[in-house]
Amino acid sequence: MNINLTLIGQSLTFLFFVFFCMKFVWPALISVMEEREKRIAQGLDNADKADKDLELAKQQVATQIKEAKDQAATILEAANKRANQIVEEAKVQATVEAERIKLSAQADIDREIMQAREQLRSKVASLVLVGAEKVLGASIDASAHNQMLDKLAAEL
Amino acid sequence: MASEGQTSTAYIQHHLQNLAYGKLPAGYHRHDGAVIEQDTWTLAHNPQEAEAMGFMCLHLDTLGWGIALGLILSMVFAFVAKTATLGKPTGIQSFVELLVEFIDKTVKDVFQHKNRLIAPMALTIFSWVFLMNLMDLIPVDWLPLLAAKVTGNEHFYFKVVPTTDPNATLGMSITVFLLMIGFSLYKKGPLGFIKELTMHPFHSGKWYVDIFLMPINLVLETVGLLAKPVSLGLRLFGNMYAGELIFILLALMFSAGLVIGLFGGVLQWGWAVFHILVITLQAFVFMVLTTVYMAMAHDVAEEH
Repeated sequence: MNINLTLIGQSLTFLFFVFFCMKFVWPALISVMEEREKRIAQGLDNADKADKDLELAKQQVATQIKEAKDQAATILEAANKRANQIVEEAKVQATVEAERIKLSAQADIDREIMQAREQLRSKVASLVLVGAEKVLGASIDASAHNQMLDKLAAEL
Repeated sequence: MASEGQTSTAYIQHHLQNLAYGKLPAGYHRHDGAVIEQDTWTLAHNPQEAEAMGFMCLHLDTLGWGIALGLILSMVFAFVAKTATLGKPTGIQSFVELLVEFIDKTVKDVFQHKNRLIAPMALTIFSWVFLMNLMDLIPVDWLPLLAAKVTGNEHFYFKVVPTTDPNATLGMSITVFLLMIGFSLYKKGPLGFIKELTMHPFHSGKWYVDIFLMPINLVLETVGLLAKPVSLGLRLFGNMYAGELIFILLALMFSAGLVIGLFGGVLQWGWAVFHILVITLQAFVFMVLTTVYMAMAHDVAEEH
């Protein structure tokens, strides 16, 4: 158990390793660890922010959906109203048209009747004239008369 | 295990002798009867020769293992420091970072001043001393027997635990002490340092009383100051030396028959398990005390 030069040797070795650690090991490791710590803190912050953003976006989406729904409902209502209106209008128009067609048809029928009467009248007059001629000009043959009268009637 | 024909005393003595390389004085009678004509640097062949070398002697095993372990440590640390990534640390990197963080926290608790040296020094002390202590857990005969086989010399001295050599522990503690003195002088100035040594613990405030108190203070403070490196170095040495000695004594049981040998094996195992705690604790204590001493050296003029 002598104290000897080994002591100084060990002392120098010790100093060398301490110096080596101080120069090449400690600063590099500490800087890496601090940098990572910073990054992790930033990451956590970012995550918090993202969470908040997500919450905000969700709220926004909800309001937007609600708005859209409201709008859709309004539009639907308006459309329904408009459709009803159009149907009503069409009904009225159709009624009017029908009335008009009925009237014009009536007028046509009346006119046709008048025409037929006119024609008939003129025809009757001429027929009477022809009948009278026949009656006056020829002998009275009952059967002939009958025949003629039948003819006349048929012509009426 | 004591080899045949070797007494227990010789076995223990052999295990406690360092591989000494030193200067034998002229006229010394060597173990084989040869007389040295002039001062010679050579390996000691027995404890008496090592004794005769005096101060001019290097313990090659202590220094060798210290340097080897320190180099392994530095290489691993430097490798990790060079390849350290910002991403998720894996494997060896996460282990080293764990260690660095632990040391950093401990040092910051104790040492609040600004000094780039202290934390790396604490890391070096903790890991290096731990590794040197760890050599104690390798069964006491393995490496010496291996060394004897490799060198072909059956009496080759080989102590593998550097911290069981007081030269190693005191070498470190005295370095710490010198750094302490250096930082004290640097931070407080020579006058402040002298004042710290002479104005404490007794101080009256009247100069004609203080003048008589100064020598007493100086003696007390000097003793306190010098006790620090001595206790720091001897604590580590004492713990490790005692542990090593018990391992050696237990190893003696291996040569005393099967039953006692087996019992000795169990005891070895138990002591090794307990020793895991001791080696870690001693490394930690050495580191913390060093940091505390450094903090004391940096504390400027607290008024009493």
